[in-house]
Amino acid sequence: MSNARTRIFQRLTAVERPVVDLSARESLSRFAWDKEERIRRFTERMQAVRAEVHVSDREHWLDKLAEICQAKGLNHLLLSPNTEWGQAISQNATRFPTLKHYDRPIEAWKHELFHEVDAGLTSTLGGIAETGTLMLWPNGDEPRLLSLVPPIHIAILETDKLFSTFAEAVQQQAWAEQGMPTNAVLISGPSRSADIAQVLAYGVHGPKELVVVLV
Amino acid sequence: MSTEFRIDVQKALGKTEVRAHFRKAMDTLMTNRRNQFPDDAALQALRHQAQAIRANALSKLPELLEQLEAKLTAKGVQVHWAETTDEANQIVLSIMQKHQAKSIIKGKSMVSEEMGLNHFLEAQGIEALESDLGEFIIQLDGETPSHIIMPAIHKSKEQISQLFHDKFPDIPYTENVDELTASARRILRDKFYTASVGLSGVNFAVAETGTLCLVENEGNGRMSTTVPPVHIAVTGIEKVVEKLSDIPPLLSILPRSATGQPITTYFNMISGPRQADEKDGPTEVHLVLLDNGRSNIYSDPELLATLRCIRCGACINHCPVYVRIGGHSYGTVYPGPIGTILEPQKQGLKVHGELIQASSLCGACGEVCPVRIPIPNIINRLRYDSVRKDTEHTPTFDAGTKRKPLEAAIWQGWSWSASHPSLYNFGGTVATQLRGLVPNKVGAWTNVRTAPQLADKTLHQQLKALGVDHE
Repeated sequence: MSNARTRIFQRLTAVERPVVDLSARESLSRFAWDKEERIRRFTERMQAVRAEVHVSDREHWLDKLAEICQAKGLNHLLLSPNTEWGQAISQNATRFPTLKHYDRPIEAWKHELFHEVDAGLTSTLGGIAETGTLMLWPNGDEPRLLSLVPPIHIAILETDKLFSTFAEAVQQQAWAEQGMPTNAVLISGPSRSADIAQVLAYGVHGPKELVVVLV
Repeated sequence: MSTEFRIDVQKALGKTEVRAHFRKAMDTLMTNRRNQFPDDAALQALRHQAQAIRANALSKLPELLEQLEAKLTAKGVQVHWAETTDEANQIVLSIMQKHQAKSIIKGKSMVSEEMGLNHFLEAQGIEALESDLGEFIIQLDGETPSHIIMPAIHKSKEQISQLFHDKFPDIPYTENVDELTASARRILRDKFYTASVGLSGVNFAVAETGTLCLVENEGNGRMSTTVPPVHIAVTGIEKVVEKLSDIPPLLSILPRSATGQPITTYFNMISGPRQADEKDGPTEVHLVLLDNGRSNIYSDPELLATLRCIRCGACINHCPVYVRIGGHSYGTVYPGPIGTILEPQKQGLKVHGELIQASSLCGACGEVCPVRIPIPNIINRLRYDSVRKDTEHTPTFDAGTKRKPLEAAIWQGWSWSASHPSLYNFGGTVATQLRGLVPNKVGAWTNVRTAPQLADKTLHQQLKALGVDHE
């Protein structure tokens, strides 16, 4: 189909280029919200779409998390043993549901992932206060499906990585400069749809519940 | 003049229940959008920014497409080019054949609708299954989308309940939306699990980083692009933007304009297949870039604005024509105002030229468009294209096709007399004297209206009597 490519480019390059007024393009959306305000807005937005937000800190998050797992009656928790959070949880494994590790390629344990995991726990790259959003860059330790297939997604968000807007996050974390990972994803609540008569329903194809623990 | 379009419109206008349904849905969408933009100045600033981002991308389109291709290829994504929908379908088919795939699971993609991909694949013995809940529903009923972002908006809850019960007799009849949704989840989870190829559209493609961005709420888009070992993305060549920093403003205005959500549940950014150190994601990613008339639109500086579209559907939601006739009456893939300007340009004025008459030019579409496409102006321009004589000056297919010699002669005569004041005045006086001869019935206009009664005295006479002399 390289002929198609050639002909498309011939047509596109044959025309005189439009002159564009670009004065409005570069404005960067951000808000001068302090940390408390960012947390307040993030929490409000998340709760508006039925996500749970638990405020904790670096001393108590493990207790909070154990409490959440118990309250939800989880039998399994899928996580990476290599992240800061995963390490701490693994060292206190007796206080948690059976821990599972995503340590093989999906092909090797697809059935188990789809049918025998109650919840997946991930770290986050940061959050966005304006829209109530988590930013995830899945990788070998925390693969893409960890936050997608289990019915409950538990995410840990460090409040000092909570930005006011997406534009601000992309700029400050230098996404373009460091190069994009194979997959990056913004998550703003549990999976949902209003395709049936505009009635909002949760848990369509992704997680039915999203739980955020702020540390 | 009973054309297919007019017959469909008449039928749609007769469906009182469906019309009430559309009215309610569009009112909700308009209110939701309005609530997302409490500060008009901020909205206008964001619209200008979104317009500049899209216009900038179009002004550099060939270079950005080359950059996108280079970036994606370097990361292992296979990029394909298609001039026509036939070519695009063939590309998808050959990828599937290479993998001996018998089924494909689809995230929502209007370009795949444009390609007629499902029918094409089914004719080849391949099952194409829609996984977006709305698309899944209409596919069950053998229908096409009636709205670009809410494909099943024409269906009531009761209709969907009955449909599920008819198609899946094992599932007890229910009108509970949560239960219906849970059934769809269960059915489709199996399909995600087994499918060897997943397909998606693309909302934005970033040239700078080689990134395909997808907007969605359900998670089916993430499933379709992550679980199957092969992912095929199909999109139009106009969807590219220059920089990653162009994305946040577009993501800010798209869902708010579309459904009135501050952001969609998921924003999925894909920049390559699974790498050696990763444990999931497709091992093969393909991007099919479709032209299908877009480069033709690109050649005209006025019509070019059509290609700025980010497919939010706000123009549709605010259209007084769409809300009355619904999406199917248009008989096109894209309905509403955007379809009205896009489809005749893609498929020619002979096939869809009638759509440009299906507008009251109220201007609502242009006012709400997040990238400030002057849709009413383009409708006017296409109306002109359909009757113009100098057809070599427009790229629009079938330009001049509606030109009638008599109509053209009348307008020429009008133009000539209007530039000759004494003749014009004489004609005006004669017409005034003969105004009593205007018949009570004047064709289609008086079929549903009473002809206006002329006053005894003309406006000129009345003003003169009041002592006003405008001349």
